[in-house]
Amino acid sequence: MSETNDTKPNATELDAEHWLQAYEQMAKIRAFEEAANELYTSARMPGIAHLYIGEEAIAVGICEALRQDDYITSTHRGHGHCLAKGAALDKMFAELLGKEAGYCRGKGGSMHIADQETGNLGANGIVGGSAGIATGAGMSVKLRGTDQVAVCFFGDGALGQGLLYESMNMAQLWKLPVIYVCENNQYGEYTHNSKTAAGSMVGRAAGFGVHAQAIDGQDIRTVHATARLVIDRARNGGGPAFLVCNTYRFHGHHVGDIDRPYRTREEEAEWAKRDPLKLLEDWLVKSKQAESDVFERIQQDVKSDVENAVNYALEASFPSESEVDRHVYA
Amino acid sequence: MSTLENGVIRSPAVHAPGERQITFGQAILEAINEEMARDESVFIIGEDVAEAGSVFKVLVGLLDQFGPERVIDSPISEAGIAGIGVGAAITGMRPIVDIMFGDFTTLVMDQLVNQAAKTHYMSGGKLKVPMVLRTTLGASRRSAAQHSQSLHALFSHIPGLKVAMPATPYDAKGLMKSAIRDDNPVVIFEDKMLYQERGPVPEREYTLPLGQADVKRAGDDLTIVATSSMVYVALEAADNLASIGISAEVIDPRTTNPLDTEALVNSAKKTSRALIIDEGYQQYGVTGEFASVIADGAFYYLDAPVKRIGAMNVPVPFSPVMEDLTIPTAEYVVETAKALCG
Repeated sequence: MSETNDTKPNATELDAEHWLQAYEQMAKIRAFEEAANELYTSARMPGIAHLYIGEEAIAVGICEALRQDDYITSTHRGHGHCLAKGAALDKMFAELLGKEAGYCRGKGGSMHIADQETGNLGANGIVGGSAGIATGAGMSVKLRGTDQVAVCFFGDGALGQGLLYESMNMAQLWKLPVIYVCENNQYGEYTHNSKTAAGSMVGRAAGFGVHAQAIDGQDIRTVHATARLVIDRARNGGGPAFLVCNTYRFHGHHVGDIDRPYRTREEEAEWAKRDPLKLLEDWLVKSKQAESDVFERIQQDVKSDVENAVNYALEASFPSESEVDRHVYA
Repeated sequence: MSTLENGVIRSPAVHAPGERQITFGQAILEAINEEMARDESVFIIGEDVAEAGSVFKVLVGLLDQFGPERVIDSPISEAGIAGIGVGAAITGMRPIVDIMFGDFTTLVMDQLVNQAAKTHYMSGGKLKVPMVLRTTLGASRRSAAQHSQSLHALFSHIPGLKVAMPATPYDAKGLMKSAIRDDNPVVIFEDKMLYQERGPVPEREYTLPLGQADVKRAGDDLTIVATSSMVYVALEAADNLASIGISAEVIDPRTTNPLDTEALVNSAKKTSRALIIDEGYQQYGVTGEFASVIADGAFYYLDAPVKRIGAMNVPVPFSPVMEDLTIPTAEYVVETAKALCG
C-alpha cells in the first residue's frame, strides 16, 4: 500500500514505436476535443461537452495496457476514454451531433457513448454512477471464468458518492478484477476538492484493503507502467486496485465554462507546463528515440483525420422521427 | 370463472382438479431454482439471501443447490448490489438482485432509474440489461413506516423498466420465470403477507407473459381492477357483493408496466362501471393511471365515474389500530361498489 506521488516505473517497457502510437492516441484525443469545442462555439453541436484536454495520458496510458475484450466504464468527461479504448472518430462525432450514424444512433450524445465492440460499457452522466456497473462487470468476469479486467474511470468529484465505496468494498471482498481510476483533475465542476474531499484520497480505498496508489497523471510512462502492474495483478486474481491520477483539466468544466472564475490563470499556467503530450515528446526526443519532426507529422495526420470525421458527421443524417420510441425495451 | 375458496384462488380454465398446491414463497423459490438450473448465467445477490435463505425464508435451500458463487450474500449496500446487477447484466449475466424490503428500493433509484432503465435506449439498442430486482410490498405486518410501503408506482413511471406484482402462487412462478428470461430490467414486487398463501401450481413447465392481465373472477355489473394482495380484498368484496345481487368482475393486471390496457377497457365496457384497488399511496398511484386508461377507452360505455381506492396518503403508522385504517378493506370496497352501482 503506497501513497507516493512519484512512482518511478521502468520507463522502457514500451519501445519507441509503441510510445509514438501512444502519442498519436493522445494527439487524436486532443484534436477531437479541440474540434468538439469548435463545433460548440460555432453553434453546430447541440448541448454541451466536457473536454478531456490535459488528461490524455490517463486514458491512453491505461487503455494501452488493456485488451480489446477488457471493459471500461466512462464519465461525462468521457471522449478520451472512448477513443483510447478504440472508438472511431467518425461515429464519435456523429453521436456528438445527434446523428443516426453515431455510436448510439444519436440517442446518447456526448455523455453516453457506449461501444461494446471495444469493451466500452458506456459513459455516464451521473457522477460516480458507473462504479457499480464496472464492479458488476468484474463480477460477471469472475462468474463466467474469463480473465478480463474492468476499469472504472471517474473524477475526484465521484469521491463524494457512497456508491463508489460500496462497490470497492465488494470488489475487495470478492477479489473482483476491477481497477478504479480516479482522475483527480482538482475540481468537481466549479469547486476545488480541498473543499469537498476530507482526509486522504488513497486512504479511502486503502481502508478496504484495496491496493491504492497516487501517481502523476500527466506522465504517460508512469500511468502506463502502473496500469500494467495493477491490471496484470487483477487479471491473475489479485483483486482490485485504486489509482489516484493527479491531473488537471486544461479547459473549464464544459465547453461553455470560459471565464473559470473559480481558479487562477497562474494555476492554469503552472499545470500547462505539464502538458502530457509535451512531456512524452520531450522524453522521446531527449532519449533519442524520436526526431522532433515526427510529432509535427502526427499532429497533422490526426488533425486531418479529425477534420474528415467532423465533415462526415456534419453531412450525416439525423435519425428519423420513427426512431424516438425504438429501443425503450430490448 | 375463478373463485376464492378458503382463501385459495382457483381458476378451472387454468388449473386441473386435484392439482398440487404450494405457497407463494415456494412458487418464487421454484421459479428461481428452475431458471438457475436451466441457465448458468442466472445468479442471485442480496442481503441474507444465501446462508439465511432470505429474511422471509423464501430462498432456503438455494445456497445448497447452487453454491456461494451463484447465491451471494452481500453487504448492506443496496445501491452497490443494484449497480453490480446492471454491470453483470450488460456483460452477459442474468442477475437477480434481492432488495429485502420495497422501502429500501429508494436506495437503488439511480441504478434502476438512470442506469438500468436507460442503458438500452441510450446505447441505441446495443447494450441490454436483463436483470430482475425482486423486492416486497405491503403493510399490516406492524412494521411501521419504513418497512411497509408499496412503492411500485415509482418504478411503473419509468420507461425502460417493467414491473410485475403477482397475486397468486401460480402467477408468482410464471411471472418470475418470464422476468428472469426477459432482456429488460424487471422489478417484481412480492407482498410479504402472501408468502404463506397456498394455491394450485402445476408441476409442468410454464411461464406467463409480462403484460397480460388475468380475470380472477368474471362478472357483469362492475369491474374491480386489483393488484397483488388487493386481489384477495377484491374477491372477498365480490363474494359479498354477489350476496346482494351485484356481479363484480375482478381483473388483475399482474404487471403495471407493460399494462394490459385492452383487458381493463374491455371489462369496463362490458360492466360499465369500474373500481380500482391498490395498496400504493392513492395520490399519484397506479390507480390514477388505470382510471385514466379506462376513462379514455370506455368513456361512452361508463354509467359512473371511475373510482379508485389506494392506501391512505399517510406514512404507514405502527399502532395496529391506525395501520389497519390505511389499507383498503373488503368492507370499504363493498360500500364504494354499492354507491357506484346505486
